[in-house]
Amino acid sequence: MPSPTPDWTVLERTPEFRALVRAKRRFVIPASVFFVAYYFALPILVGYWPEAMSRPIVGRINAAYLFALSQFVMAWGLMAAYVRRARAYDRLAEAVRRQAGGRS
Amino acid sequence: MSASLVMFLAFIAITLGITAWASRRTGTTAEFYSAGRRITGFQNGWAVAGDYMSAASFLGIAGLIAFYGYDGFMYSVGWLVAYLTVLLLVAEPLRNTGRFTMADVLAFRLRRPVVRVVAAASTLTVSLFYMIAQMVGAGSLVSLLVPGISFNTAIVGVGVLMLVYVIFGGMLATTWVQIVKAVLLMSGTILLSILVLARFDFSIFAFFDAVSRVTGSFCPDGAIVNGACLDGSAPIVRDFTQPGLYYHGRWGALSLISLGVALIFGTAGLPHILVRFYTVPSAQAARTSVVWAMILIGSFYIMTTFLGFGAATLVGKANIGIASAGRIVANQNLAAPLLAREVGGEVFLSFVAAIAFATILAVVAGLTIAGSSAFAHDIWFTVVKRQQEDEREQVLVARLTAVAIGVLSILLAIGLRSLNVAFLVGLAFAVAASANVPAILLSLYWRRFNTTGMIAGMLVGLCAAVLLIVLSPAVMGIDAPGAAARHLIQRPPLFPLDNPAIVSVPLGFLAAVAGTLLGRDPVAEQAYSELNVRANTGIGAV
Repeated sequence: MPSPTPDWTVLERTPEFRALVRAKRRFVIPASVFFVAYYFALPILVGYWPEAMSRPIVGRINAAYLFALSQFVMAWGLMAAYVRRARAYDRLAEAVRRQAGGRS
Repeated sequence: MSASLVMFLAFIAITLGITAWASRRTGTTAEFYSAGRRITGFQNGWAVAGDYMSAASFLGIAGLIAFYGYDGFMYSVGWLVAYLTVLLLVAEPLRNTGRFTMADVLAFRLRRPVVRVVAAASTLTVSLFYMIAQMVGAGSLVSLLVPGISFNTAIVGVGVLMLVYVIFGGMLATTWVQIVKAVLLMSGTILLSILVLARFDFSIFAFFDAVSRVTGSFCPDGAIVNGACLDGSAPIVRDFTQPGLYYHGRWGALSLISLGVALIFGTAGLPHILVRFYTVPSAQAARTSVVWAMILIGSFYIMTTFLGFGAATLVGKANIGIASAGRIVANQNLAAPLLAREVGGEVFLSFVAAIAFATILAVVAGLTIAGSSAFAHDIWFTVVKRQQEDEREQVLVARLTAVAIGVLSILLAIGLRSLNVAFLVGLAFAVAASANVPAILLSLYWRRFNTTGMIAGMLVGLCAAVLLIVLSPAVMGIDAPGAAARHLIQRPPLFPLDNPAIVSVPLGFLAAVAGTLLGRDPVAEQAYSELNVRANTGIGAV
């Protein structure tokens, strides 16, 4: 960047930047907790209760396989949710970038 | 000339053409390390998939499922969910704050040279472990699938080709080799899945009926001897749709959870995956890359069930191996190729063999470039040359490092050929998860994090992962006489779990936090404001 270095501490305290970080945290923290919990439910259930998870649900397809497949759906779903929200983060980041440009 | 040789040569010709084209666009450091940052998000998504889906994914998972049923599928699930860590926490801030290597992000506010040296050493360790496993795989595979090519010839061939791509074509050639490989791998896997399902009249229920008629047996603790368990009881029988054939007994569930820790946190610490995000122009493009990579990788991993269960039902566990002296020596890696022959004949087998070859080449090229940029950029340029800018010299050093890495991995792969090296990939993931991930996450998200914490976290994570693997059943074990692959240490294991991550990852984090709390680093805390703003907004990103 050719422009002089912005004052990062000042920029970090602007309402625009705080709004960006708050918006991201509101999604990323619960989403991360959720996916880690949902993921580890699989090895825990399959590892400690293999008989219960072997129960056939549809034809010979059992709970263990369906739960494993649901992890793919979960990952893609969370991915789609994040991408949709990320457009708003991009707009908020753009506002911060304008601030930085204006100040320097 | 056999069909597989023709396909190998076709792939080699195409990739050498790419390299010749790329070599004219590879002069500066940004071009050599990062393909000039002109790869699009969509292209990079394919390249990430090509860089990530190694022989362990294609041949390894298919083999595990073919031999142990459902439990093998656990790798597939973990390796996709891992990308949520990359997407939500790592890819965009990394792209915004780094330039060429994993160490860039760590050194952003911890500016001491020792930070770069430790991070570069960790990068080289992870890449070399991963590479040797790939090379040994390449050697045994190619020599099996193409009669006439010996193990050593195959390894030297793979090593020389990968060096040609990296040295002359840099990251641009590596990227396109990975894209071509990903296209081949996806099309081969889709075709194979369709041919498998065709055998069951495209009825997923008929397919699972057949899978549930395949059974395996195990004893809760210890091996089956003469059809009975050590305590005299009959072995437990499970069908292939049921969990437990691989992970069972007293430590089974904990081993499975520990594997999960390594898989879902390890990916975000793999240097050769992280450097791919520097090849795109922006954080938005980095995000797009992860999205495409997740779509491709997820679809591929779902199809591993058709490959693995398909081999279990149509080929049969007893027939997966190499015929020698009238009996078949089991070899899990051959499940996918033999399935291809069963459903598509010799020509399709050749196609799948060529895909396996392409898969290994693309991954080792990615590993080499990550390792050589870590040495040239982090150690040579920053520490030895003290940041004196000399682009041509730095690219030359990177190329020479690539040669050194290539020669070293060829020699190690030839030396380790008779050992079971599958644990090396597990080790690479465990080291990445225990040493790199705590350092990356804490430097991005914890203002107080400092140099002491980073060094402590990386060293403890690295040592804990390596030590526990050495003491685990992956390295220690007593083999029955005449076993195909030998354990390195012929003693009962001292650590009960296959994978150390459930212990070593928390240890890495604890050491990083404890080291940080030992002292304060006002400069690093001050610099966090800059990191925080730049990571989130992309201001000043190269």
